Amino acid sequence: MSSLLSFTVLGIFTGAAYAIAASGLVLTYSTTRIFNVAHGAFGMVMAFVYWDFSQRQHIPAWISLGLVLLVVAPLVGLFVQRFVTRGLGDAPVSVSLVVTVGLFVGLIGLAQQIWPPAARSVPQFFNQAGFAIGSVFVTYHQLLTIFLSAMVAAGLFLLLNRTRVGTAMRASVDNPELLKLYGGQPGVVAALAWAIGTSLAALAGILLTPVIGLDYYDLTLLVINAYAAAMLGRLKSLPLTFAGAMTLGILQSYAVAYLPSSGDLSGMRAVIPTLFLFAVIILMPQAQLRVGQVKGIVSAPLPQVRRSLVVGAAVVVLVALLTLSLSSSDVLLAGTAATYAMVMLSLVLLTGYGGHVSLAQFTFAGVGALAWAKLDSPNLLGLFLAALIAGAVGALVALPVLRLTGLYLALSTLAFGVLMDKLVFQASFAFGFNGSMPAERLSLLGITVSDGGTYVLIMTIFFVAMAVGLLQLRRGRLGRILIAMRDSPAACGTLGLNMRWFRVALFGLSAGMAGLAGALFAGLRQTISATDFQLFASLPLLLIAVVCGVTSVTGAGIGGVFLMMLPVLQSNYPRLAGLAFVVIGFGAVALGRDPNGLANLLFALGRKLQDRLWPAVTDRMPALPSLPLPGLLNRGEEGQIGKHRHDDGPTWTDRLMDETQVVATEEVAGHGASRG
Amino acid sequence: MALLEVDDVVVQFGGVTAVNEARFALDAGRVTGLIGPNGAGKTTCFNVITGLQKPTSGHVRYEGKDITSMQPHRRAKRGMARTFQRLEAFGSLTVRDNVRVALDIHYGLRGLLQRTPTSSVDSLLERVGIAEYAAERADSIPTGTARLLELARALAGEPKLLLLDEPSSGLDESETDDFGDLLRELAAEGRAVLMVEHDMDLVMTVCDEIHVLDFGHIIASGTPAEIRANRRVQEAYLGQADEEDHPSAVDETTVLDPVTTEIPAVR
Amino acid sequence: MTMGIPILEVMDLHAAYGRIEVLRGVDLVLPRGAVVALLGPNGAGKSTLLKVISGQMKPTSGDIHMAGVSVEGASTEELARNGLCTIPEGRSVFPNLTVEENLKLVSYAGVPADKVLETAYAYFPRLDQRRHQLAGTMSGGEQQMLALSRALASDPALLMLDELSMGLAPLIVEELYDTVAQIAETGVSILVVEQFARTALRVSDYAAVMTGGRIVATGEPDEINAKMSDVILGGAA
Repeated sequence: MSSLLSFTVLGIFTGAAYAIAASGLVLTYSTTRIFNVAHGAFGMVMAFVYWDFSQRQHIPAWISLGLVLLVVAPLVGLFVQRFVTRGLGDAPVSVSLVVTVGLFVGLIGLAQQIWPPAARSVPQFFNQAGFAIGSVFVTYHQLLTIFLSAMVAAGLFLLLNRTRVGTAMRASVDNPELLKLYGGQPGVVAALAWAIGTSLAALAGILLTPVIGLDYYDLTLLVINAYAAAMLGRLKSLPLTFAGAMTLGILQSYAVAYLPSSGDLSGMRAVIPTLFLFAVIILMPQAQLRVGQVKGIVSAPLPQVRRSLVVGAAVVVLVALLTLSLSSSDVLLAGTAATYAMVMLSLVLLTGYGGHVSLAQFTFAGVGALAWAKLDSPNLLGLFLAALIAGAVGALVALPVLRLTGLYLALSTLAFGVLMDKLVFQASFAFGFNGSMPAERLSLLGITVSDGGTYVLIMTIFFVAMAVGLLQLRRGRLGRILIAMRDSPAACGTLGLNMRWFRVALFGLSAGMAGLAGALFAGLRQTISATDFQLFASLPLLLIAVVCGVTSVTGAGIGGVFLMMLPVLQSNYPRLAGLAFVVIGFGAVALGRDPNGLANLLFALGRKLQDRLWPAVTDRMPALPSLPLPGLLNRGEEGQIGKHRHDDGPTWTDRLMDETQVVATEEVAGHGASRG
Repeated sequence: MALLEVDDVVVQFGGVTAVNEARFALDAGRVTGLIGPNGAGKTTCFNVITGLQKPTSGHVRYEGKDITSMQPHRRAKRGMARTFQRLEAFGSLTVRDNVRVALDIHYGLRGLLQRTPTSSVDSLLERVGIAEYAAERADSIPTGTARLLELARALAGEPKLLLLDEPSSGLDESETDDFGDLLRELAAEGRAVLMVEHDMDLVMTVCDEIHVLDFGHIIASGTPAEIRANRRVQEAYLGQADEEDHPSAVDETTVLDPVTTEIPAVR
Repeated sequence: MTMGIPILEVMDLHAAYGRIEVLRGVDLVLPRGAVVALLGPNGAGKSTLLKVISGQMKPTSGDIHMAGVSVEGASTEELARNGLCTIPEGRSVFPNLTVEENLKLVSYAGVPADKVLETAYAYFPRLDQRRHQLAGTMSGGEQQMLALSRALASDPALLMLDELSMGLAPLIVEELYDTVAQIAETGVSILVVEQFARTALRVSDYAAVMTGGRIVATGEPDEINAKMSDVILGGAA
């Protein structure tokens, strides 16, 4: 009985800290419509800053706390709002997700760079002192946390309901343009929301650190717990968010108390927030089709069939020549690059064509690898089955979110990644805790490919085949429908398309492609472990894919090589380990607004070369027959990178910006209705 | 039996009633106009009929079956198609591919086995008169053309009921005339056409019947001639005239006289 | 009435969305204390003109002077804090704030919140009864009363109204325009954009007709009224 009570106290403490974090998330999301995936990462960095002040520089704890909460965190929040996230609220959700994931990865890198891995601890406030209620010991630290969460609740209530700037915050959720007409300043309001939000993330991080440790990742993943709690209030209602946080904290505490601490279910305790989240999501009501969204996205040109075949063949020949001259460890790296490139192809399908974001693409690769190792039938059928299983799992993840919009789908992949990391991959029937599994290489027609170079060549052929297939799909019916769905869901619906199942199929296909890559990777490495497919690896994957160009297969190819070089760079220059993340993360922050990425710059360069240099070359060599431009730089069918190609009259997309009458009333009123 | 029956449909957003007990029916083979001032609830009516908006109360019947809570794609499969006031063309596809997508969706799984004939795409584009734009990206064409594209796309599903939301805005005079002829043709083929339109010349020449919607309520129904002569319609469009029937005589003195500071409370 | 410097002068104003030119050289003068109705069909550019004047949209060329001073480059907020009150089309209140909270935000225009509440409730007792109700759950007419309260309470130098009548019953529209007439009595200069021509003309001193991004006619209300019926319903009525 007393243990129940003490776990309840522990649960309330945890719930209180979650509530603080979650309320910050809700505040920034509801005022600026940007879901800050990096919310937990801010909390983590601020906890490190607090450690630095209080432990390294020996500034008294209370002064350190004040400095972090009232000076450092708000300034960082202001800075981020002003220079990073401003205006993102109106962008497609995939863009704001990529930018905040960029912050997420960049902040982890920054923390590792400034505070390299070492044993650090942050003591509880009041030095573990406390008091006993009956047989239950309650520390003052716990009491302080609960008190502070109540203060945060009361403070936010007063701010939002009793002050003019708080009222303006809520007003800017409704209609920032109208707020300007009143003389209010939505920019100031957004900056304030981010300052407070960051400060709340910091407070939650600092309060939880003595309990969960000063860790780059565990604190960062706080965002999932906060998100799960906030979802109960649909990212809007603060009271429901607090209720969700408390429920979650207590459930988690009971899980620690009453679920087995060893065996396959030991991971259950870590995935309570994820399960809670899925439960809440399933209960969410159907989202209605919206009219009047972003239309017509400038995307990378689609090469002609012949050209993509020629370039594909060139890539295979190039890799074949390379493998002849590479050492065996370099061959392994080349194979790794091919794997990454294939996983990125799956993102080209999902994100580049479909406009959806997955934050756990490596997890699907892991499912494929696991299936490959478990099936133990190293032939094409086994490969197909592994991909099929990964695809089915992907479809299963998309299923509960079917009725909801892009943001929720992306965030459930994040939660799914945690689930697989903690509950499945480390279980004894899978890779086991810190364990690994043997995997065999693919055998074709009964011949096992034992030579590394040959195997990498086969992987390259798979990559090229997938890329060519993907382009073919994009040219065909399915590709057209995908783009149509991205451009106007409402039109697709009224033309008779059942988008729910289409979306599930898209997600499944993408996961299947990642699974295929994972299976081939397992064969390459011949032994695989849970660490090969960690959730956190999926985030740099997404970012590099976007930076290199997630709308083209060329971008995936370049991205694969980039991502492969990352750990190489880190092991060669360990002091720069964190810096690489910083560069990728903040690179994505800078470039994330254009999903066409570096590949498109290459295409533009290629066109320039072709237009300027090629005629010059052919002029000088008039005897030569005209050849296709060699190399990786494809030219589009019509060179239609620019949006407007002719100048006779206005286009309707310009026109759409001129807001029309009737929609206006409905939207205003719709807001009112959604409050209920 | 009417093809479509809108039966006492009410749509409220919060406390605002956008559609208030609207009731009308559409028959195959006729062009019907739905007119009314801005904000009268015309587009909301369209959204209710096509399933993009759930009505607060009331029913929509199609071919005698209650479809009030049916998903939009199912209604489309039963022969409903629409265009949008705020255009919803697929901007990053070419004009031809816009129509091809619509055909693909229409043929569904059947289409996987047999290729969508290019000829039907081109004949649809020719029918609405935009064949010359076939290879253009849809976000680079003028407004009027994009509206015709949406019409071609809607026709791909061989609809029995065609809902057009301000289809002629952006068209010039001769294009509007051709468009009017096309509408007559489409109706003559046995379709029911419902059109929200502000170009009164077009409405008056093309429609067999007109319903006038004002603050969510149908205030008049009839032939173009009847509607034009209807005084309530005049009021709905121009605002109420003075007590006396002299719309042009604005009495300056009543305006400039100090009015009492209290105004009577609204019902 | 036309003495002194006009409150608003629009000179050869051009504005465009992308490459579509929506305003093609608008010239308009609003004398201090006058009520001017701006009429015209859908898509004529009336709302765009109001957006440019209120600073929500940048013109491509041309000048706007308010009380004789150029307001080039002024932000929407600055203009609002300096006596320009714009009630935009359709979405003119914050639906998820209560009536009282909506009114409190009027204090950004430089009037104490208490005074705003006092004025608004005295004029519209109906709002007083509903002070804690969310604005979005009120009827359309009540929402527009709330919007007009801002104009009543903040005593602006210039008031711009865009389609006050949208989606409202004629009776309610008439009542709202009675309020507009009263605001005009207090000396506020008003620019009214309205689809119901007669209603707008009833309260105005002058009228201007806009089509195709230009002002095509100006005159006394009854001159303009005689022409309007043909323009809007098409053909002879």
